[in-house]
Amino acid sequence: MTTEAIIELRGVNKWYGAFHVLRDVNLSVAKGERIVICGPSGSGKSTTIRCINRLEEHQAGDIIVKGVPLDDDVRHVESIRRDVGMVFQQFNLFPHLTVLENCVLAPMWVKKMPRAEAEAKARQLLERVRIPDQALKYPGQLSGGQQQRVAIARALCMDPSIMLFDEPTSALDPEMVKEVLDVMSDLAASGMTMLVVTHEMGFARRMADRVVFMDKGEIVEVAPPDQFFDTPQSDRTKAFLGQVLSH
Amino acid sequence: MSVTETTQERAAPIRPNQGPVAWARANLFSTWYNALLTLLIAYVLVRAVPGIIDWALVKANWTGDAAACREAGGACWAFLAEKWRFILFGTFPDDQHWRPTLAILSMIGTLVISADRRFWGRALIYIWTVGIGFSALMMFGGVLGLDYVPTELWGGLPLTLALSIVGLVASFPLGVLLALGRTSDLPVMRGLSVVYIELVRGVPLISILFMASVMLPLFLPAGVSIDKVLRALIGICLFSAAYVAEVVRAGLQAIPKGQVEAAKALGLGYWQRQRLIILPQALSLVIPPLVNSFIASFKDTSLVIVIGLLDLLSTAKAALTDPAWRGFYKEAYLFVGVIYLLFCYALSRYSRYLETVLGQGRRR
Repeated sequence: MTTEAIIELRGVNKWYGAFHVLRDVNLSVAKGERIVICGPSGSGKSTTIRCINRLEEHQAGDIIVKGVPLDDDVRHVESIRRDVGMVFQQFNLFPHLTVLENCVLAPMWVKKMPRAEAEAKARQLLERVRIPDQALKYPGQLSGGQQQRVAIARALCMDPSIMLFDEPTSALDPEMVKEVLDVMSDLAASGMTMLVVTHEMGFARRMADRVVFMDKGEIVEVAPPDQFFDTPQSDRTKAFLGQVLSH
Repeated sequence: MSVTETTQERAAPIRPNQGPVAWARANLFSTWYNALLTLLIAYVLVRAVPGIIDWALVKANWTGDAAACREAGGACWAFLAEKWRFILFGTFPDDQHWRPTLAILSMIGTLVISADRRFWGRALIYIWTVGIGFSALMMFGGVLGLDYVPTELWGGLPLTLALSIVGLVASFPLGVLLALGRTSDLPVMRGLSVVYIELVRGVPLISILFMASVMLPLFLPAGVSIDKVLRALIGICLFSAAYVAEVVRAGLQAIPKGQVEAAKALGLGYWQRQRLIILPQALSLVIPPLVNSFIASFKDTSLVIVIGLLDLLSTAKAALTDPAWRGFYKEAYLFVGVIYLLFCYALSRYSRYLETVLGQGRRR
């Protein structure tokens, strides 16, 4: 693993009105690194990764993605978004387009890729997420697990070098969680840089290089999974793990 | 009448095929207030219908002149036989009436074809270009050996249709832009859109038509004059754009935030997001209310009489000014009333059909 940082968060602060959501968040992610961010709800973990592709604006500090600073320059924002894929809790597939159209849309309009090439790539990726035969269906005809896998394929169609996952399994029925986690594990194994906000501690233990624990808008603890789960340092981490691992 | 209609439609066939008594009990006398309404309406019908039949059929006069009509004392259908062409086509040259007829058919045909969901998409652009282009050719003439007919001579149904259809189509892009402006993050855009929409919605169409007709020429250099029909069209356009904007805004706000976020995350720019993701979904949500606002603007076009254009309603009024046929208001207004009713009823049935079809097909 190289030590070159692909994402750099330095002293990031954010407020919603008077509410301080992110407090001095510092995090450096190396290329190919897999980070799992966990913490109680409202701890700022989703906000953190949503700042990385500017779905949320931070008000102080620096976020640098592949050497490009995220600021008010629209070109910077657009170039970063092109290179950062995101998967949402609610899938957010486009309901008026077929699965295939969902996948080829951004390559065709953002990267100006010819349709044939975009479709070939999309079909290949749909195969990789194990739903090659659903290409012509509409999202509403698929199960939640299938929709989330389409959403992963859609993001991958842009050839991102970083993938952000915002609680990708939280809206799924329990029996569908595994199929999505399997796809994410495949992706992790392929060397993709990943930032995953999740409550799936099993996934964190198996796949993460580092686990980040956030609480009340700040990073409390960062550690490799073994150390994080077996010998947590902070009391807040211990309390949180006690709650999520107790059953 | 509408009361009985809704009563009948709402009552499900609880016990079907049990004879007229059971039907009447279920549909007409299900509760004491329904029974009361049924009796009340029956009473009104009994009082009114014989008189109407007497007037419209028994005592009616079908041929002859005004004197014969006055003598008969009933409806004077001879008036319509004499004047229907003037009411429909206004002052368009008599020997050329086949042209507005074809223009009307072409416009109706365009609407009917557009109503079919199979044609929704790029095909509509061609259909409209051909349909409206052909209508314009028929109305204007001036080429292909057709006599040129200036817009001063237009009137009646083709004018009404042209003003409402072209008005709607032309106001649509402006309305969508205003709706996007009003939901925009840019304060200046939002402010301008809000001011425009609220300003236009705050004044009656009639005053906008006056402005378009009287004030527009003041802003133009001397010697340049805009066609009167075009002025009316601009007025109608600017007016209905504000209403279209509000309808479209409702659609925009119904689209979940996640759709915009997903589009942003994929790197799509603002206009790409609107055009590819947001508007297709938002517009399909608001087609039924758009049809409704089209019905409203179809009827509103009758206000163009204030700037001296003879639409369908005005030609009917003008027909009544013929000294030989003075006083047959009922017949004239009944005639245009029926025409308006046919169009509006067809449109409102269509919007209801769309609501069911689009409601079923919605995949969320």
